[in-house]
Amino acid sequence: MSILIDKSTKLAVQGITGRDGSFHTKQMLEYGTHVVAGVTPGKGGEQVEGVPVFNTVKEAVEQTGANTSILFVPAKFAIDAIYEAGDAGIRLIVAVSEGIPALDMVKVVAFLDEKGSDLIGPNSPGIISPGKSKVGILPGQIFKQGLIGVISRSGTLTYEIVNHLTNAELGESTCLGIGGDPIIGLKFIDCLELFSKDEQTKGVVLIGEIGGSDEEEAAVYIKENFKKPVVSFIAGLTAPPGKRMGHAGAIVSGGTGTAAEKIKAFESVGVAVAKEPEEVVKLLKEKL
Amino acid sequence: MKIHEYQAKEIFKRFGIPVPDGKVATTPEEAEKIANELGSPLVVKAQVHVGGRGKAGGVKLVKTPGEAKEAASKILGLDIKGLTVKKVLITKAIDIKDEAYIGYIVDRRSKKPLVMVSAAGGIDIEEVARETPEKIHKFVIDPFYGLLPHQAMELALKLYNDIKLVRKAADVILKLYKAFISVDASLSEINPFVVTPDGEIWAVDAKINIDDNALVRHPDIEEMRDVTEAEKKELDAKSKGLSYIKLDGNIGCVVNGAGLAMATMDLIKKYGGEPANFLDIGGSSSPEKVVNALNILISDKNVKSIFFNIFGGITRCDDVANGIVEALSKLTINLPIVIKLAGTNEDEAKKILSQTELITAASMADGAKKSIEIAGK
Repeated sequence: MSILIDKSTKLAVQGITGRDGSFHTKQMLEYGTHVVAGVTPGKGGEQVEGVPVFNTVKEAVEQTGANTSILFVPAKFAIDAIYEAGDAGIRLIVAVSEGIPALDMVKVVAFLDEKGSDLIGPNSPGIISPGKSKVGILPGQIFKQGLIGVISRSGTLTYEIVNHLTNAELGESTCLGIGGDPIIGLKFIDCLELFSKDEQTKGVVLIGEIGGSDEEEAAVYIKENFKKPVVSFIAGLTAPPGKRMGHAGAIVSGGTGTAAEKIKAFESVGVAVAKEPEEVVKLLKEKL
Repeated sequence: MKIHEYQAKEIFKRFGIPVPDGKVATTPEEAEKIANELGSPLVVKAQVHVGGRGKAGGVKLVKTPGEAKEAASKILGLDIKGLTVKKVLITKAIDIKDEAYIGYIVDRRSKKPLVMVSAAGGIDIEEVARETPEKIHKFVIDPFYGLLPHQAMELALKLYNDIKLVRKAADVILKLYKAFISVDASLSEINPFVVTPDGEIWAVDAKINIDDNALVRHPDIEEMRDVTEAEKKELDAKSKGLSYIKLDGNIGCVVNGAGLAMATMDLIKKYGGEPANFLDIGGSSSPEKVVNALNILISDKNVKSIFFNIFGGITRCDDVANGIVEALSKLTINLPIVIKLAGTNEDEAKKILSQTELITAASMADGAKKSIEIAGK
């Protein structure tokens, strides 16, 4: 098992004819992902890396049975591309695009809730279930099928930690970057819920960073609902303070989103927090 | 992006929210002239992008144009939490009978716009929220329908008993929502929202933060950007695809990805060093980006060693290596460079760098320790 994507994933690539879209389509195909369709309006009938291109997501779904999509679309067009995927009945949408305004995101997230579709991102490196499927821009070669679920708000920091997990022969069940923006689809809690039901996953690594209160919410959830071992790393302990969002931010979160606060929240519910990326492996091995 | 109080008040005015008359001055003489036009009493307020101006001596009540001039000369040039005051707002003083709070935010938790009101407004609103959260009334807004009039009314009823005041406040709550949405704010706030002894209402202070991702569709607001000297360097870096924040240490960092960059800084500090900066060269980096990054670092005289920490994903390690070689040939770099590379095209990169005098690190921790050691020499 694994979560969200596996061998049955049939992927449509939105924006497949662009530079990033075509490059990563090739990478995903090489990894073994079933890329069944591409979508670029006006390019229907063409092929990219042997993958048929359609004008609309709806057409791609009808012709190929695509159930997952990934967006390599500039921010300006990304919002409508997400609506289009939701409208076409795509179950899982991965948005790599960055720079989407938050007030556009609140609407599209509410729309997808109604449709019952899941969204990863935006501003996400994607998701990988090693040995099965990769939907994103993560470097496939550093992953190895294994025991650990990885959820992260970061990109390259995730790779650094995954590299240690792989070298230590622990491997990963599924690894996903939930995105660095304020308004995102799946959050830590949603992913934890999925990992708790996944038999392959024996432990979870949660990679957080300063800002917001997602880590604090996850801590409350873990205390009440999550039985598997969790190890965390939080980046930004020495980040200069000052990017504060006025009173309303502090009133809403009841804190200021510092790394120290997040570490405290995790440690108070028994989540071990690594002091440096490499230490994650040691802490996991103690708990497994 | 943060904008000043006077700019937020201009936006409020556009949406029909009552704000006291006022004008901005950059010199004491100008402040005196404005005071003459407006009539007394007045408040002189520092325009800087931080809170707590009052407690720092940046807000003064004055009774005559002469006093306004004197107050402005004291406030202009004042250092408030590291920021120098360059502008003051001269505005009509308002008689305060009652102070309330109205604020909007894009709420991460509910993933929707959220409005908050409290009858206990004023400078201690955060303390009120901590100690007596029941005094803060929150309402999550459906982004498709927006805030409806009866919902605004319900919120206003939490603020006042007098129905005339309730109606006026509900009107402002609705108008502030409209402003919040129209300018793509991430936060907009009136604190205090004042009632005078005569039953007038005024937005005495105003705060708006704009969502950086939405600025492309608001060129008029982009023009309101007011940058400090430090921010100029950051913006210059941004125009080159780099995300840079200067710090006070002596170890220059070049990293791909914000999370990894922060983790690198944390690690340097953990082993007893001080990072000179945060620098994220982002994804898909070209050799040119690396040259630009090195240029920024060598212009910082505090830097004694440079630590490259690159994990190749979309960023190819050989691109970074080529960039370093190119930079070494173009720039005069007398600083030792420690480098840790892993991921996409790692082996090609190592081959390219083997002809240079760079110090390679086996791990992040190893790289951090080596750069600290060298910087200390």
